[in-house]
Amino acid sequence: MEYEAVIGLEVHAQVHTRSKMFCACPVMEDTGDLPPNAYVCPVCTAMPGTLPVINRRAVELTLMTALALNCEVPPVSFFARKSYFYPDLPKGYQISQHGLPLGMNGYLDIQTEAGPRRVRINNVHLEEDTGKLYHVGNVTLVDFNRAGVPLIEIVTEPDMRSAEEVREYAERLREILVYLGVNSGDMEKGVMRFEASVSVRPKGSDVLNPRHEIKNLNSFRALYRAVAYEIAHQIEVLQNGGRVLQQTMGWDEGRGVTYVQRRKEYAEDYRYFPEPDLPPLEIGREWLAELRERLPELPAARRARFVREYGLSVSEADLLVADRAVADYYEMAVRAGTVNPKTVANWITVDLFRVMRESGKGIRELPVSPQALADLIGLVEAGTINMNTGREVLDEMVVTGKSARQIVEEKGLAQISDEAALRAIVERVLEEHPAQVAQYLAGKEQVAGWLMGQVMRATGGKANPQVVRTLLGEALSSRKREAGSR
Amino acid sequence: MHLYELTIHEARALLNAGEISAVELTQAVIDRILAVDNAVRAYITLTPEAALEQARAADTAFRQGQALPLLGIPLAIKDILCTAGIPTTCGSRILENFVPPYDATAVARLKAAGAVILGKTNTDEFAMGSSTENSAFFPTHNPWDLERVPGGSSGGSAAAVAAGECLGALGTDTGGSVRQPAAFCGIVGLKPTYGRVSRYGLIAFASSLDQVGVLTRDVTDAAMLMNVIAGHDPKDSTSLDAPVPDYTTALTGDIRGMRIGVPREYFIPGMQPEVEAAVRAALQRLADLGAEIVEVSLPHTDYALPVYYLIAPAEASANLARYDGVRYGLRMVGNSLEDTYQQTRGQGFGPEVKRRIMLGTYALSAGYYDAYYLKAQKVRTLIKGDFDRAFEQVDVVVAPTSPTTAFRIGEKTEDPIQMYLSDVFTLSLNLAGICGINVPCGFDAQGLPIGMQIMGPALGEMTVLRVAYAYEQATDWHTRRPPI
Ligand SMILES: [Zn+2]
Repeated sequence: MEYEAVIGLEVHAQVHTRSKMFCACPVMEDTGDLPPNAYVCPVCTAMPGTLPVINRRAVELTLMTALALNCEVPPVSFFARKSYFYPDLPKGYQISQHGLPLGMNGYLDIQTEAGPRRVRINNVHLEEDTGKLYHVGNVTLVDFNRAGVPLIEIVTEPDMRSAEEVREYAERLREILVYLGVNSGDMEKGVMRFEASVSVRPKGSDVLNPRHEIKNLNSFRALYRAVAYEIAHQIEVLQNGGRVLQQTMGWDEGRGVTYVQRRKEYAEDYRYFPEPDLPPLEIGREWLAELRERLPELPAARRARFVREYGLSVSEADLLVADRAVADYYEMAVRAGTVNPKTVANWITVDLFRVMRESGKGIRELPVSPQALADLIGLVEAGTINMNTGREVLDEMVVTGKSARQIVEEKGLAQISDEAALRAIVERVLEEHPAQVAQYLAGKEQVAGWLMGQVMRATGGKANPQVVRTLLGEALSSRKREAGSR
Repeated sequence: MHLYELTIHEARALLNAGEISAVELTQAVIDRILAVDNAVRAYITLTPEAALEQARAADTAFRQGQALPLLGIPLAIKDILCTAGIPTTCGSRILENFVPPYDATAVARLKAAGAVILGKTNTDEFAMGSSTENSAFFPTHNPWDLERVPGGSSGGSAAAVAAGECLGALGTDTGGSVRQPAAFCGIVGLKPTYGRVSRYGLIAFASSLDQVGVLTRDVTDAAMLMNVIAGHDPKDSTSLDAPVPDYTTALTGDIRGMRIGVPREYFIPGMQPEVEAAVRAALQRLADLGAEIVEVSLPHTDYALPVYYLIAPAEASANLARYDGVRYGLRMVGNSLEDTYQQTRGQGFGPEVKRRIMLGTYALSAGYYDAYYLKAQKVRTLIKGDFDRAFEQVDVVVAPTSPTTAFRIGEKTEDPIQMYLSDVFTLSLNLAGICGINVPCGFDAQGLPIGMQIMGPALGEMTVLRVAYAYEQATDWHTRRPPI
């Protein structure tokens, strides 16, 4: 029997704000060496009598996400308490949303092998992060630096059918969040976490079987592998006549397997109820319109426009659009010069990407502005320097921050394209090598290449090869004519 | 007359005239506390040195010509409002050693207005109770009869005001916890509109019902304290951003032409006949003063008690989840996380608190939420609607504050339902989020005070103060002092 997978995804992403969700404490980047409990206050440690105050910026960023994911935004949204006991949860409840979240019934279109697929978004909501536990010997320590950091949670319907689709969805979603400035996209710093729920069923059936929820997946790789493993595992269980139980699973990255965290015969009871400390959040239609206005061009639209407007291939557009800073850089460079957009794309995706890889820097951190890159490309296009020299100049620009023109001048790298000067050098080389010329005239035409190399050497590599080729051809054929007429 | 018997406005006049000093006044009140609090037990924590220090600072300020509204006035704070550097216990073992690093907004405003803080007063644990017997430490005694309760949960504050152990006090009112003890102790108790006073630093019992209130010896004092503590607070998102009037301007004594509603549902069989008689007489007095008495109906009154005992415990069950022994307060180390939770909460909370946590947890549980919590919220809307309709016809609604006068210590502790019924006339107001004030309106045959409740619409504090003041000026109940 053929099976298909039914997969839904919950994505938790840190919302990039300066202060926490309900207090004025700063949100610190998790560098791994922050002093514990240094960025806390009575509110985020749930001291008695303290009250939450909503971070408006976090709401705005969540609303922008909801709009980017084509969600409906209700005119009034509510926060709710989600109750459970755990030492990293200071209040004994998490302020989350339930019932009327900030976004509902949206979708994200992704490309799959089978063509485009629409993944429906059940809801987009805002909540607060918990603290962090450290187990040291037989004691457990709690650090609340992260407690109260705003988190956005994006929940899909079970619309994905393969691990590839899940990864594609997650990557596209990350791209959108980064574009909106909602999230840094820095996966290594744990700013995004995934929870996949996976079940399988006979292909063509529309039953929903008990599912496995795989918690705490922190990378695209872990997400992909865990989902792929679950699908294969569940199919195997079914084929052997077994049954899949509703369970919460963990992922063992080292062994590449999922394992049961706890059985879930009945749903966990979080006793949600509306947060009485926060009045209903009214989302004025004007505010919403203003946020819609502020939405940047999203990756999918930009990709299509790059193909249409600049004549790029889809894969080139993909490479550029994946990072909003790169795409912005590209467009600035295109506008800065008169060079072919395709050539600019090539320089960025081949040469600048190489430089970024080698230096470990982002495109905005390079000392090469879009204008400077456009100027460099202009020099190559004009024949002032050749492509290889151009690459060397770029490396120099990255180190010194100097302009291409300055480097070319200082190092005397300009190509010799002056025909008179080059013709003289060509003549001299031919005269210095009568034996090779004779071989050529005797019909050994490949000798022309060797003579070309001699001319380039004589100019220190600065000669414009095209011009040299033409002049050498002319000089040799004129000698051929002379020999023939003798 | 003793200094400790002064009202706030009387003391202020003497202080302003330089006839007494803040130190003299504070010392007189401290002496009074030392003399009677062994019997009354109004205070959990006393801070006499700090109080005298503040009084000295007040005297310096007076000499410099400063005119803060409460400069040098010694007040008490219910021990459920956070006070920076001073233990704040909520009457609970679980917070016995908790010292907040911040002041509740209401406390901070009193301090900024120059008040002298004497200490923290006893309360039913987490304000859950109607007699102050649920304090984990000791019960407070009614100054009118030490065998009787002072009411609750702000029983410590009410008893302190009545016994001359402070000039005025802050309390909190979730279902009657300011008005009912004020009635039992023969003083004035104002529960403002929900959101009128910031809840920041008020240790939460039921967030949608809790409100800081004032307990004083007369209506003028209540207006003066309200002038200081009312107003919007950015730290409390539920606080109202409405202008704060000068409440003392409501004290005109003139209620001619005002319409006063009498809800037929508030005169029930089983209530103490003397209470009904006193309130009826008071209504006649209001009529004599030129008000029109109109019968009104609040038809959903019967549901207030069950609705309250679903919503308040539900919110409490979440509010009290933070007492887990991890960050502050009592921690009983068990042999597992689960065990630590159970021992800490098992030993830290008293029986009434546990009862309400269980009630609330149940009401919010999957499968019961719709039938209990959600249904209760719907009925709450109906109760609010009752008042909205009543206030279309009348300016205020007047009723007894409690069906009985102060009962004996131990009389109702065995029967939670009997205890809950003691708040049957006060709960609706909190559910509706409106304001109300208790004023003394007589005494029963045993010499125990009877209270009358004047209820007003949201932000109707000016109206209830006006009626309360006119009644007070026409009577002398408020001038009587307990025998202690
Ligand atoms: Zn904080």
